[in-house]
Amino acid sequence: MAHALEVQGLAKRYGAVEALKGVDLVVEEGELFGLLGPNGAGKSTLVKIAVGLVRPTGGRAAVAGAAAGSRAARAELGYLAELFRFPGWYTADEVLTLHQQLAGSTGGAAERKRLLDLVALADARGRRVDAMSKGMQQRLGVAQALVGEPRVLLLDEPTSALDPAGRRVVRLLLEELRGKGVSVLLNSHLLSEIELVCDRVAILRAGEVVTVGSPAELSRPRGVELETDEGIRTIEGATKEDAPRLVAEAVTAGRHVYGVRVLTSTLEETYLEAVGDEVS
Amino acid sequence: MRVVLTIAGYGFREAVRRKVFAVVVVLTVVFLALFWLACHFVFSRLSGISPPVGVDVDTRTFAGAFMLGLAMFATLFLGVVLAVFLTLGVVSGDAERGLLQPLVVRPVGRSTLLLSRFLGAAAVSTVYVLAVYGLSLAIIDVSGSWLPPAKLTPGLELAGAVVIVIALSLLGSVVLSSTANGIAVFMLFGAGLVAGLLGTIGHVLNSHTIQHASTVAAWALPFEALYQDGLRLISGSATGVTGFLLELGPFGGAYVHGWPIRVWAAGYLVVALGLAMLAFRRRDL
Repeated sequence: MAHALEVQGLAKRYGAVEALKGVDLVVEEGELFGLLGPNGAGKSTLVKIAVGLVRPTGGRAAVAGAAAGSRAARAELGYLAELFRFPGWYTADEVLTLHQQLAGSTGGAAERKRLLDLVALADARGRRVDAMSKGMQQRLGVAQALVGEPRVLLLDEPTSALDPAGRRVVRLLLEELRGKGVSVLLNSHLLSEIELVCDRVAILRAGEVVTVGSPAELSRPRGVELETDEGIRTIEGATKEDAPRLVAEAVTAGRHVYGVRVLTSTLEETYLEAVGDEVS
Repeated sequence: MRVVLTIAGYGFREAVRRKVFAVVVVLTVVFLALFWLACHFVFSRLSGISPPVGVDVDTRTFAGAFMLGLAMFATLFLGVVLAVFLTLGVVSGDAERGLLQPLVVRPVGRSTLLLSRFLGAAAVSTVYVLAVYGLSLAIIDVSGSWLPPAKLTPGLELAGAVVIVIALSLLGSVVLSSTANGIAVFMLFGAGLVAGLLGTIGHVLNSHTIQHASTVAAWALPFEALYQDGLRLISGSATGVTGFLLELGPFGGAYVHGWPIRVWAAGYLVVALGLAMLAFRRRDL
């Protein structure tokens, strides 16, 4: 079966600026994949190439086996842009109706109701977009991306305008989608969000992939901290598996053990290590 | 077909929301009221006008063709205003506002999207132009009991002129911002009108240089040539001194005319639309 998203040697140049410098990446079927990186790292450009909004200057990208930007590829995906707007004079229901017609969805009113329920906008079905808060518009954007039951979902900063409750709605939704086998590429600045929901993460810096792996793989062990009657001691290089032995050795040596803690670097620390001090 | 109607309807609702139609309807009502007043006074005082002895002028035909020429100019202008405001921001403007991206990623295709917006704008503008032209004809008929020998073709040529402006505006919207595109299209429109008037002056003065410049402009901007051809058709029955006097005025008619310019205009429209689609397909959003 084809990968949900596959990019090989993907390059994009805007004049003198190289936004992407030969990126290789694969998102598997049913995988929730996070894309991290500072502003200007090339995350949005990569997503835009995948959905056909931007033409690459080199390399290739494919969505569900079809060339990115082709009609076949667009038929398989749902997309929420980082900066988007729906016509202010449309109601939430009309926005979804418009996208059902464009996507060729036969879901009708039942699909619209289900999607609005999913993003907690059931009560705002008849509300016009210009009467909605930014957060509500963003949740409507997520619902719009889900019209026609896409196999691949590409979300560019889907929670940037959401409050904690709204983020939770989206997070639960993403987990539900994963359960249904939908592949998701999630582009976000919120590391905690990525860490919570993503199966794998790629960190981009200056148009290149710096590292790829699961959040657990990227959160490397930093040792074990042992608190005894002699004080707190850090055994560097030790792992979770070493902890029982270290406690046993301390007890054998006549120490009173008050606590033991396995130290790992957080995704945030790994991220900062990967992108350096780059602030944009 | 359903997708085309959906996208055309989307553009129509956007125009309604932006009060484009409201502005155009108000301007049209004002114009038609003034036009009716002008026709009423012109034709009611026609019997009091006596040409110099020995000069055979059909004053009713002269007044009718002149007033209808004026109405055609106003119709073309209002039609172009409507057409430009329906289309000037279809690509760049909507992309800057983030309205276009959610639509473009759907499996509709950029060409279909652009063609749908063209068809929507062309349908609305054609109905508008034919309605205003028809009302102008009715006002002249009621006020002065005069109608031109060709009634439908000049109206269709006016509508064709506006449709060409729509294609140019869509092409401009792919490469220019909304404001720059609006300025560019109106300047093209103005340049076409000036070239048409220059052609009339060139023929009166028998200046081959001005005539040549006007001819080149007519082929380069065929919306102007179609309008001029329409003027030629409404004054076609005026011969002798009456025809000569009409040719001296701003609504004298075309020197590039007939089927060659109509066929050229149709080809021009297809090329302009094709270029717009090609440019849109290659544009990063």
